[in-house]
Parts: sequence; C-alpha cells; structure tokens
Amino acid sequence: MKDRFNLYRFASPATFYPLAGALIPWFVAVSVVFGLAGLWLGMLVAPTDFQQGEGYRIIFIHVPASWMSMFIYLVMAGWAAIGLAFNTRLSGMMAQALAPTGALMAFLSLWTGALWGKPMWGAWWVWDARLTSELILLFLYIGYMALTAAIDDVKRADKAGGLLLLVGVVNIPIIYFSVKWWNTLHQGSSVNLTKSSMAETMLWGMLLMAMCFWMYAIAVALMRVRTIMLERERHTDWVKAELAGGEK
Amino acid sequence: MIHWNSFADFIAMGGYGFYVWGSFGATALIMAIEPIVVARNRKNTIARLKRQLRAETRNTAE
Amino acid sequence: MSPQSSAATSNWPCDVRPTSSRHCFFVIVVSLFPLGIGPEPDLLRKLAPGVLWVAALLATMLSLPRMFADDHRDGTLEQLALAPHPLGLVVTGKVIAHWLVSGLPLALIAPVLGIQFDLSADALIVLTGAILLGTPALSGIGAIGAALTLGLRGGGVLLSLLVLPLYIPVLIFGAGAVDATVSGLGERATCHCSPHLPLPHLASPPGHRPPP
Repeated sequence: MKDRFNLYRFASPATFYPLAGALIPWFVAVSVVFGLAGLWLGMLVAPTDFQQGEGYRIIFIHVPASWMSMFIYLVMAGWAAIGLAFNTRLSGMMAQALAPTGALMAFLSLWTGALWGKPMWGAWWVWDARLTSELILLFLYIGYMALTAAIDDVKRADKAGGLLLLVGVVNIPIIYFSVKWWNTLHQGSSVNLTKSSMAETMLWGMLLMAMCFWMYAIAVALMRVRTIMLERERHTDWVKAELAGGEK
Repeated sequence: MIHWNSFADFIAMGGYGFYVWGSFGATALIMAIEPIVVARNRKNTIARLKRQLRAETRNTAE
Repeated sequence: MSPQSSAATSNWPCDVRPTSSRHCFFVIVVSLFPLGIGPEPDLLRKLAPGVLWVAALLATMLSLPRMFADDHRDGTLEQLALAPHPLGLVVTGKVIAHWLVSGLPLALIAPVLGIQFDLSADALIVLTGAILLGTPALSGIGAIGAALTLGLRGGGVLLSLLVLPLYIPVLIFGAGAVDATVSGLGERATCHCSPHLPLPHLASPPGHRPPP
C-alpha cells in the first residue's frame, strides 16, 4: 500500500519536476564517464578488425545509436500504454520528451550506417530489411512528433500520439518481416550483415558506448520533460511558485 | 597498450578516416547541439511563462 | 437494419461525388508512368505491379480525410458515439463504406490499366485479387489515421505522413504477389497477403474518438 502511494507521488509532476532536476547532472556525468571509457577502449585500445580494417570503428556509435532508436520507441510505447490505461499525466509528457532524441538516434543510425556501408559494401544504401525498417522508424518518429504538435488540446494530443505509438509498435515487426520477404523475392544485393566474431575489447567498447548513449538520452529527455511540465502545468500553484522563486 | 603508433595514423584510420570521422563528427555535433537547443527552449519558455504570470497578477490586482 | 449497414449506406450520398475524381486520379497517375519511363513493354511489365499499387495507395489516401470529416462537422459523429450501438461496429461500417467507394472500384479499374502495361491474363487476375484483398487493409489502417487527424490544421498532409509508413507491408505483399506471377514464380505469394488483413480491424475501433 505504501509503495503504491509512493509511486503515485513520483508520478505527479510537482514531485517529479525537482527530482528530474536533481537527477540530470548525475546522468550527464555518468554518460560522460561511460563515453570517455568507451571511446578510449574503442578508438585507442581495440585492435584492427582483420576483415574491415579500421573502418569497423564506426560500430562504436552505429550500434548504440540503432539500439537506442529502437529502445526509445519501445519506451515511448510503454509510456503510451501506461497513459492510456491509467490516464496519468506524466506518461504523455515523457513520450513527447523522448521523441526528438529517438528521431535523432534513428537519423544517426542511418547516417553512420551509410558511412559504414560505402567502404564495406560499396554503396551508401542497400534495401536491406534492417536499413529499410530503420528508415520507417524515423518516419514513425516524425509522424508522432508532427501529430502531437498539430493538436492543441494536450489531452487529445497525448491520446492520439499514444495510439499512434502502439499501432507503430505492432507494425514494426510486420514491416521488418515483410521487407525481409520482399528482399528474398527480389534476390537483391546479397549483403551479408553478420559480423565476424568480435574481440573482447571491441564488445566492451560497444557496450560502454551504448551505456553512454542511454544515459545521454535519459538526461536530454529529463531536461525536455521539465520544460514540457512547466508549459503544461502553468496554471497550477507549484509552477507559479517555481517561476516566482529563484528559478532562472 | 595503445593501438596507434602516431597521431597521424590515428587520424588516417587506415584509409577510412573520412568515413570514421564523418560518423563520429556527426554524432558529436548532434549530441552537442541537442542539449543546447533544449536548454535554450527551456530558457525561452520560462521567460514567456514569467511574463504571462506577471501580466495575470497585474490584471487581477487592478 | 444493422448499424454497420446503416453506417455504410448513410455514407453513400456524400461519398459518391468525389469518387469519380479519385478514380480519375488513379488512372491519370498510372498513365503518367509510361510517359515518364518510355514505352518498352518489357520495362513496363516489370514496373506495372509497383506503379499500380503505389497509385492505389495514393488514391485510397486521397479520400481518407473525408472518412469522418463530414460527420464530424455536422455533429453526426457525436450522435453516433452516443448511440447505443458499439462504436466499433460503427467504425467497421465506415471502413466498409470507404472500401466500397474507393478500394472496390480500384480493383475493377486496375486490370484495364494493367493491359496498358502489357500484363498477361494471369497477372491481371492476380492483380485484381491482390487489390481486392489489400484495399480493405488500406481502408482499415487509414481509418486510424483519419480518426487521429480529425479536425486538425494541415490534416491531409499529416494523415499521409502517419499512414503511408504503415501501408508498406500491404504494398510489399500486394505488389509482390503480382510481381511473382509476372516473373513466373506463381501466385502462391498471394497467400502471404492475408495474415495482415485482420490487423487494422482490431486496431481501428479505439482509434476513433470524437474530440470534445
């Protein structure tokens, strides 16, 4: 009973706002530490890949960016499900705060993928299931942001955006497998994406970079959600007190 | 321990310099710009809300 | 009369008018492609499934904003939402009505346009079947987008942004089925089309919420 009470307390914007503010510097610090460790291990220590030479080092940002782009979408859909089921105010704000970061991650994944594909496969882009799905994911992010931005009524924006997120989550695997099937039908570019077994330092470098990206995403999303909270709750007493107080 | 013999080697990335640094550069750029944009957004929002609040209190006082 | 059929018939008068222009759009877009690409029959035969399907997607999408808009404007939608019939049935009726005036005619026009692209008789039959099977999914997925963007500024462009990515599996399977026949793989590909069909109907009823 007590746990339940606490959960609701933190879900209320008035308590979450200062909590998020206190947490942001920590997430930034942890992200920087993980990033420096990952870059040191990946860029300075890790050996040359025997197939791809030094070009493989793009993996240290490509894979974390791809992971995060998918993970953030899942988290957003999770928030959307919570918001639709329990009608919590916080979930819609969190989903909106995460979306731009997720879209940027999807973009980075495509960008680094193109720069990796050119020297390795000889093409900036191939119509592989993974690449195509990542592109669609970027479209889904943009669609979500455009939809929520076009609706003035906050409650309706959250609901519509949440439904779109859930529909998108159902569709991503369908899109992935349909593109895969389509690819085999066309017997297109026979690109083998499976990687050679990785040295241990490479794996650790990649995981550290993934942690860095993860913490970065949390920090930026918390920064963004604080602004959204002020904006949405501007008629409440706690925001008025916050604005009247020393908040710069 | 360190894999590279010289700094020039490091920059050249075994001939893949353009691709590797193009990727890392874009990522660094985005990760630097995004927080700045978010912070500026926040500052503008707070300034606007403060203005609105002041206007409201003035109206109710009159 | 069941709520489904009444919702379907109540749409007839307002939907029939733009129908003809929508199908003219389909015909014109498809006819533009040979002019842009060139008249070689081999090339056209190869491109036909994709061109016809993409044009069908766009033609279906053109009419989506109207699915709920008229009823929203004159308040019918609110009445329907308050009516004792389950909302899901009403939406299903809307989807069926939309399909009857957009998808079904497309399937009837498509083989005629397929002849322009020198498709064989087999391919024409598969094309018609694929469009018959695929367009209900387009109407169903489109209903979600139409409901979410109801009454928004720039709703039409936004709708295409939301809906087109979700149309991709239908495009792939629909065009793939015809493609397989053209290239002689056999139309077994068509069977892959069906599992996706029930999905939008599961998803569409909650998508419909009249704004306050």
